Amino acid sequence: MQQQVNKLRPFFENINFERDDNTMVINFGPQHPSAHGQLRLILELQGEQVVKAYPDIGYLHRGVEKMAENMIYNEFLPTTDRLDYIAATSNNYAFALAVERLLGIEDKVPRRAKVIRMMLLELNRIISHLFFLATHALDVGAMSIFLYAFREREFAMDLMEDYCGARLTHSAVRIGGVPLDLPPGWIENLSNYLNKLPDQIKLYDDLLKENRIWKMRLENVGILPPEMALEWGCTGIMLRGSGIKYDVRKEEPYELYDEVDFDVPVTDRCDSYGRYRLYMEEIYESIKILRQLISMYPKTEPKLMAHAPKYISAPKEEIMTQNYALMQHFVLVTQGMRPPKGTVYVPTESPKGELGFYIKSEGEPYAYRLKVRAPSFFHTGVLQDLLVGTYLADVVTIIGSTNIVFGEVDR
Amino acid sequence: MRRYTPKDNVQAKAKYTDRFWVAPETKKEPVGEGSFYDKVVKTLQEDGVEVLKSYIELGMLVVEILPEQNVAALKNLKEKSCFKMCTELSAVDYLAQDGEFEIFYLLLNLDEAKRVRVQTRIKENQAIESVEKVFKMANFAEREMYDMFGIYVNNHSNLKRILMPDDWVGHPLRKTYPLHGDEHAQWYEVDKIFGKEYRDIIGPENRDPARIDRYDTKRFARVGHEVPFGADPSLVDSTIRPIEDGYSKTFLTDYTKESKQLENRK
Repeated sequence: MQQQVNKLRPFFENINFERDDNTMVINFGPQHPSAHGQLRLILELQGEQVVKAYPDIGYLHRGVEKMAENMIYNEFLPTTDRLDYIAATSNNYAFALAVERLLGIEDKVPRRAKVIRMMLLELNRIISHLFFLATHALDVGAMSIFLYAFREREFAMDLMEDYCGARLTHSAVRIGGVPLDLPPGWIENLSNYLNKLPDQIKLYDDLLKENRIWKMRLENVGILPPEMALEWGCTGIMLRGSGIKYDVRKEEPYELYDEVDFDVPVTDRCDSYGRYRLYMEEIYESIKILRQLISMYPKTEPKLMAHAPKYISAPKEEIMTQNYALMQHFVLVTQGMRPPKGTVYVPTESPKGELGFYIKSEGEPYAYRLKVRAPSFFHTGVLQDLLVGTYLADVVTIIGSTNIVFGEVDR
Repeated sequence: MRRYTPKDNVQAKAKYTDRFWVAPETKKEPVGEGSFYDKVVKTLQEDGVEVLKSYIELGMLVVEILPEQNVAALKNLKEKSCFKMCTELSAVDYLAQDGEFEIFYLLLNLDEAKRVRVQTRIKENQAIESVEKVFKMANFAEREMYDMFGIYVNNHSNLKRILMPDDWVGHPLRKTYPLHGDEHAQWYEVDKIFGKEYRDIIGPENRDPARIDRYDTKRFARVGHEVPFGADPSLVDSTIRPIEDGYSKTFLTDYTKESKQLENRK
């Protein structure tokens, strides 16, 4: 069989690389190491300045929303790991919370499960922010930070592994609670880690904070005015970096976030440096939250899953001893739970921004429509306005400081 | 008799449903008189936007409007009720039931931390006006909606596919689109690299080297290294041999021989 060579030409969407004017069109990605995954940018350059930027996405599209329509709710939960794979638990949690609100069992989730979930969420926030720092510094050219930050991240991932057995794709949350209690010694390990972490963060901070090169590369680079951030639906640190104080954990509290005491760092610098500062400050806030959770944990009753026999299986001991619990469990596993007819949208604050699940249920065990509101999707969109007028060398910095993850952008 | 499978919705269905079972519904509360949401709805109506229905579902205000008034409604909400951010917009496929799409816009008021869902319904071949002028994020979100559902958006600055390749056929999130892809999806690479006429020559089993035959539990990882059915693969030498007869007839076609089938292909 002979291949037709001319048919193997790559598909460039009719971009004309040869221009009559002075601008030059270059292709950035999708395999570029600093493109944070599968981002392809088509940049039009005038000298070294970007005149036009066109983000091209879809290279990691797996049809997660389509899969959601063909899976029962519990079956879909591990798939959410693959959205923002840097902080998988935050996706699991956002999905579980949306389903819980649809079922109306949000208040029935036991307090211990809530504490454990929040611990995992904040630990994931630390993991994600450290990952951001490592890769961002690497993009900008600071190699050693990458190694330091990955070391601390590794310890946090060890904690995740101790809890759920997985390091990256956790699936550590269930609809209605958590599957397991914390293993013995986990709390001690966590508090040891929290005791060491601030010193380590200070180490990176001291290396970068007043570093002349770091400041030159980040200050006044990627200026995102608040109006543009609002127009483009930027959330999370992208929004707070532009001086708008909005954190879903504070404003629309879920779980126990209204009981813990923490601050939301905000800056009106609007540039990459300000965003970098916010990431560092948020790690300190997460440590603060985790410390409070550690003291909250012993005061809770050892109950992990909500009691809602219509939707959620009974604990294993009951399934093994009681006939009716076993029957319920059988039906829930083979057929899946049937939430009431209705629509729900639940926003949560993931490390990247506002992660929300829009679920439309028609009373069937399969979601009729599930839309993942991924923060990175819109942070990729804003690049086409944000990159205009910047220099080619800053493009990498700006992509890094938006902290986009392509599992989430393409879904 | 063959089991009936509806063609207008090929998504997974519940295997068993009690015929007398009626699905419960979420609570839809009326908008409280004098509340914040009430003011939002009133300001909408003052601007001449026809509010077909408004209620509060699971803590979120839902406003149903006419599709022609989507830009006016969103502009009003943004400017008069301070819903400065549009967090998401997309569609839901109701073609099988009503021949309609439901389009929803999720807006957020950052000062009050309140959310509203504006929803509207359009017919299958009806286009909707772009809200890009009001919220820039619609540039990306409407492109995704067009890509996934094939809903045309008027006056959009760049209405192209966003997640799927530009030359893709079909819109994946429609209920008529199967989960494993339709025929165009299955032959996408072959059509693009070799041309449509090569579909027969390559054959379905060699179409995709990563394809797994879900009914073949024995040798799914050994395409090109096949052993007789039931044989232990470890005992058979794994040098590449021509594939046995009966496994892939199209691949084994002898091109030196003349046959009617071959002439058709030429």
